This record gives sequence, C-alpha cells and structure tokens, in this order.
Amino acid sequence: MPRHRPIYLDYAATTPVDPRVAEKMAGCLTADGVFGNPASRSHALGWEAERAVEKARQQVADLLGAEPREIVFTSGATESDNLALLGAAHAACGRGRHVVTASTEHKAVLDSCRQLEREGWEVTYLAPDRNGLLDPDAVAAELRDETALVSIMHVNNETGVIQDIAAIGARVRAHGALFHVDAAQSAGRLAIDLRLLPVDLMAFSAHKLYGPKGVGALYVRDHPAVRLEPLLHGGGQERGLRPGTLATHQVVGMGEAFRLAGGVLAEEAERLRALRDRLWEGLHELGGVRLNGDPVRRVPNILSVRIDGVQGEALIMALRDVALSSGAACASASREPSHVLRALGLGEAEVDSSLRFSLGRFTTSGEIDAVLELAARTVPRLRSLARGPHGTDSAGGGPSAQKAAG
Amino acid sequence: MTYLDHNATSPLDPRVREAMFDFLGGEPGNPSSAHRAGRHARAALDEARERVAALVGVSPRQVVFTSGGTEANNLALMGLAALETAGRLALSPVEHPSVIEPARALAGHGWGLDWLPVDADGRVDVAAWTPAPGTRIVSAMWANNETGVVQPVSAIAAKAREAGAWVHSDAVQAAGKLPVDFASAGVDLLTLSAHKINGPQGVGALILGPAVDLDPVLRGGGQERGLRSGTENLAGIVGFGAAARLALEELDARATSARALIDRLRAALATLDGVTLFAADAERLPNTLQFAIEGIDGEALLLALDRDGLAVSSGSACHTGTGEPSHVLAAMGVPEATARGAIRVSVGRGNVAADIDALVASLRHQVAALRRLVATA
Repeated sequence: MPRHRPIYLDYAATTPVDPRVAEKMAGCLTADGVFGNPASRSHALGWEAERAVEKARQQVADLLGAEPREIVFTSGATESDNLALLGAAHAACGRGRHVVTASTEHKAVLDSCRQLEREGWEVTYLAPDRNGLLDPDAVAAELRDETALVSIMHVNNETGVIQDIAAIGARVRAHGALFHVDAAQSAGRLAIDLRLLPVDLMAFSAHKLYGPKGVGALYVRDHPAVRLEPLLHGGGQERGLRPGTLATHQVVGMGEAFRLAGGVLAEEAERLRALRDRLWEGLHELGGVRLNGDPVRRVPNILSVRIDGVQGEALIMALRDVALSSGAACASASREPSHVLRALGLGEAEVDSSLRFSLGRFTTSGEIDAVLELAARTVPRLRSLARGPHGTDSAGGGPSAQKAAG
Repeated sequence: MTYLDHNATSPLDPRVREAMFDFLGGEPGNPSSAHRAGRHARAALDEARERVAALVGVSPRQVVFTSGGTEANNLALMGLAALETAGRLALSPVEHPSVIEPARALAGHGWGLDWLPVDADGRVDVAAWTPAPGTRIVSAMWANNETGVVQPVSAIAAKAREAGAWVHSDAVQAAGKLPVDFASAGVDLLTLSAHKINGPQGVGALILGPAVDLDPVLRGGGQERGLRSGTENLAGIVGFGAAARLALEELDARATSARALIDRLRAALATLDGVTLFAADAERLPNTLQFAIEGIDGEALLLALDRDGLAVSSGSACHTGTGEPSHVLAAMGVPEATARGAIRVSVGRGNVAADIDALVASLRHQVAALRRLVATA
C-alpha cells in the first residue's frame, strides 16, 4: 500500500523538529513573541530576547553537566568543529603545531585539519581497528611534545561506534594537550557529564536532536580555561568568541530540544535499542547481511550493515517509501565512497553494499516491520538481478554474517 | 511596546512565518540527502535561493547562504584575502563592526588598512579618495545602520575596479528599503541579512560576482558549492526567501510609508529645543533618523523612553551597553558629548503615525524631566 509519507530512518542525517520544540520556537516568532535583538540593551524587547537566550544556554548546559558560561552558540556543529580546531590551534602558543585526529572523523573536523596542514601544521590521522574503535593507548602513542590538540568524535555518524573519550581524554590531559570531541551524534543519546569527562572542547548540533537546523553550540571549558581565537569578527556577541546577532528562536529551540532529551534519554535509548535489534535480526535472516562497526560499543539508534550482492544505492532507490542513506548526508550528494567504512578496512564492494539505518523518537515498531517486509521482497530480487541471467554470483555472499551481540 | 528599532532587528512578517512553519514541524529532510525528504528540502532551498537572488537582480547560483550578515561580511573579507597575497584593504570608517573587525584581523596578518575619506554626513568623498598602490579589496556599505546615510556605492566601485581591487558592499540595511541592483552597482560581493527585512534571525547571504573566487571560512561537508559548509538552516532560508519576495514586491509601498513617518518625526522634532539631526540633508534610508538633544544623555533617555513603552536605540545594537560612543558619529566629526546623546529611530512593518506621536509626546515629557533633574543636581 503506498504511503503518503516515507518511513524515516535517517535520523543520523537530520531529525524532525519535535512538535514541542516547534511550539517554543513559534512562540518567539509571533508578533507578540520574543523577537528583539538579544544585543539590544536599550529596551525591554532586547532584554526579553536576552533572557530567552540565557535560559536556553542553561538548558543546553544542564544536559551536559556544563556551566552556562561554557556554552557558545554557533550556526551548527560544523561551525563548532571549525571554531574548536582552528580557534584552539590559532590561540595555541608555547606548544608546537601538531594535531592528532582519526581518519573516521566527520568532514567538518577533517577539512579543518586539512586547513591547518595548509597553514603549516602537521596532522596525524589515526586509523581505527576493523570495528571502528580507537585504542586509547594508540592515541597516547601519537602524542608528541609539540602536540597542541587532539580531536576525536564521541559517536561516529555512519557506524554509531562509541569511542572511549574518557580514557582518551585522560591520556591527552596527562600529556598537556587540548582535547576536542565532536558530540553531534551522541548528545542526548548517551549520558555526557562534562564535570567528569576530561574534555576541553565539545561540538553540538540541534538538528540531530529534534531541534532546528542552523544552530549548534561549542562547549569551551572554563577551568582550566581554554583559549580560542574566534573565526568570525565583529559585534562581540558570545563573549567575542562568536559574533553575529543570535537567532533567538533557534537558540530557544535548541534549549528546549536539549531539555526534552535529558528527560527521555534512558527510556528512549532502551526503546530504540530494542527496535534496532529487531531490525538487525530481521535483516540478518535474509542471509549475507553483516554488521559494520563494533557490535557492543555503539549507540542504540544507528545500524550500519552491508548486504552481500546488493548495491546500497540500488536498495535505497528500490525502497522508495523508506528514507535512509548509505552513509553521511554530506557525502551522498557528492557520491564519494564513505571514508569511514574504508577506514574500517572494507573493500570497495563492501562499502558499496553498505546501508545506514538510523532510528529516532518517532520510529515505530510498525515501521520496522514494514521495512523488514519491504527488504525481504526487495533484497532477493536485487540479488538475482545482480547475478545476471547466467546465475553467476558476482558479489560473494552466503549467510555467514556475524551475529550482533548485546 | 511600540517598536521603533527596526534597524536592529525587524519583526517577522506573518506571511514569512507561515512559509517557515512547514519546515519547522513538518517532514524532516537534510537537503544533502538523496531520498525524497532530502529532495523536498533541496527544492525548497532552490526556490528560496531564486527569491533572494531576485531581490538584488542576480542569478541564483550567485547566492551563498550564511548564518547572517556578520558571517557574510567575514566570509567576503577573509575569503578574498586568503586567496590574495597580502596587499592593502580600504574601507569606510562608518562600516559595521562585522566589516571593521575582520579588516583589523587581516591588518594583523600583513594587510595594510586604509580608510576612505568621508564628509560631515559620513558619506564617502569619492573625489577626495585616491586608492593606495596595492589596494586589493575595497569595502563600503550601501547604507549606514545608524544614520541611514546612503553611500555612492557605484562611484566607489568604479574607482576601486580601476585600481584593480575587489569591491564588497554590506547592503544589510539597504536591501528591502531601497532598490539594490548588484550589477548596476558594479560591486563584486554584497552582503544581505534576513532579519533586517522581516525575515528570521540567523540567516543571511553573500552575493558573488561571476569572477569572484573565495576561500571558505567554514569547512567540511561541501554545502553551498564548498564555500560555506554546514547543514543548511532550512526553515531560516525558506523564511529568507519569502521575506525577500515580499520586500521586492512591496518595496515602494514600504519606502513611502516609512518616509511619511520619518517626515512626521522630523517635523515634530523641529518644535523641540536643542535637537541636532545627524546627516539631516544627506540621502538617507527612508526609515531612519538619528538625532541628539542638547544636554541629554542618550542612555538615560533611552531607559526613560523604554519605561514609556517605546523601543528605540542609540544606534547600533552591538554598541549599546558598552558605553562607547558611536564610531560612525566620531568619523563624521560629531563631538563626543553630542554623540553620547544619540537616539536612532528606525521605523518598519506595523508602525503607524500614532507611534511617532507617542514617541514625540514621551520625548517632550522625558526631556523636560531629565533637564529638571540636571538643573536641580
């Protein structure tokens, strides 16, 4: 039966705005709403906007165990990552010009590192193991006297693999370098307590957590204080670290999204884990379906698989009523093969046969059943097409997939 | 609250709000995703791009969406400079901080900084300007946010181009209030902001001439043809598109109504003692009038007006509260004591004659009260 709306299983690319978030934002956008410029200091409308922004700053800080003054609002996680890496690098004095990161990072981190290389910095790109995990001691082994900064993401956007940022951070801190963590995929999905984590900078996005697109934040530790050079100049907003008129409705939306996430984190994780496992078991029954990334250390809502004998893109096209992706949204426009899956040691055919299912707040068990039903019909058809008229198996396969634990 | 501070930020047009709501609570979709939701988002983005392009008479591919005017100004200056060997950069001394500060940052990285000469109205004196040898970038705003003075952008651009420089103009305040035509101005880069034209905060654009190449400020993801990475602020961009369309359609009507309100204010101010109008006879934005009242502290007056339910400002939202007098008035040679009394009235959507009358009544009353206070002190 044709559906009016596709089944949305691409929450790692972007999430729908939670209706309660949309309502708060709408409250700022109406004529009698909070529409002032938060930097306007001469009238009540400006003060009201400033209060709304400060409340949102508290809400974001509360989810993370941070102080409100440690939260700098930005236009999104990409800007936060750029500000963290370039800002910390440009402000670093005394130490040398070396950065350590991983080859599985988001483009916002990798392209910032490339820029630092153009500016004469040296960057070490660590390769993870086949499950996508970094050994904290392997990170420590790359630290040099001149290492100023280490940037490792919390949760990978393509595989959902969780890095041990506490262990990595402890080693980085012992060495005296700064530690930045891209937490765009983990905030609100895993508990984060920055009072306990040895992290200096952390990047967040609202639209990965049921908030609006176009707003994010950077956590900048106060004790010990982290020095940053701003990327943008002029206006002095966000203590000079990020000038530009703050979009009150956007910031309010992010605050509400983070507040809501804090209230449902554990319960949502349980529910999504069950749905994800059911999806995995159903796919696994098709045979020749393997898991990408570590079976245990991964977030509950992301499932990356490769389906032998099937092109991921072909399956996406065939499953018209399901919105999912082969990997990062940014890469799907450019059709570059995933740098993340390649870093896990997958061959070209394995990368091509990979798919990312990412679940979220509005995913239902009925939707998972519907997707499994569609997959059960579509995968054998695509496999027989791929084998061609002579029945030769071109893409390997066989029902020897590894079983997910946990 | 009577809002007379539209140059700081302007209230969202309800029609813009309607257009945005579909993308706030509706179907998710990352414009970079290949699936249907992603394609729907992409189509909305393309339509908004066409509308913003139409506002300034360019082709949609010349539009680079940013998080606002500040980012667009930074991208223009830093992005051009990164691809040039250091040279000289010339800008008017009345520019917005988001032009002056990146220019100062570049000056710390080997660039020479020159200031365009301005007259007592803060208008660039093109005849008195000779570009210094090695001038690579010239930036002059289309209209000033504090005084509303309109710059001779095409004359500045012609001279700058003759000298082999790129020309950038911050048109954040001019767009939607005056006709802004990119090509006939002869500029290479132009900055726009949505929240100054009754669109949402948090979105702007940099318009690029066909020959312009830029180094990005934000990297990773490759959105906006690699010039501005980061998932697009979809609802914001859709709102910007809707606001741009309405601004173009209603340009004349808005200008006429704003001009009538400002004329009314000006006539009333003529009946008050000790009023100095800034750039009174220069070509100005139809919605802006800045003035000072002799012996009256601007901050004190603003707070008194706020108590009467009137939202106005001294000039720039970014400056108030810092206690610094306006750099714009300083560049015009206005004495600091006078500049400290500055009040900027900027009218816009929803304002009516009664708002001006209420402001004038409050001014009359509050100025008298403040003068009595000074006299007894």
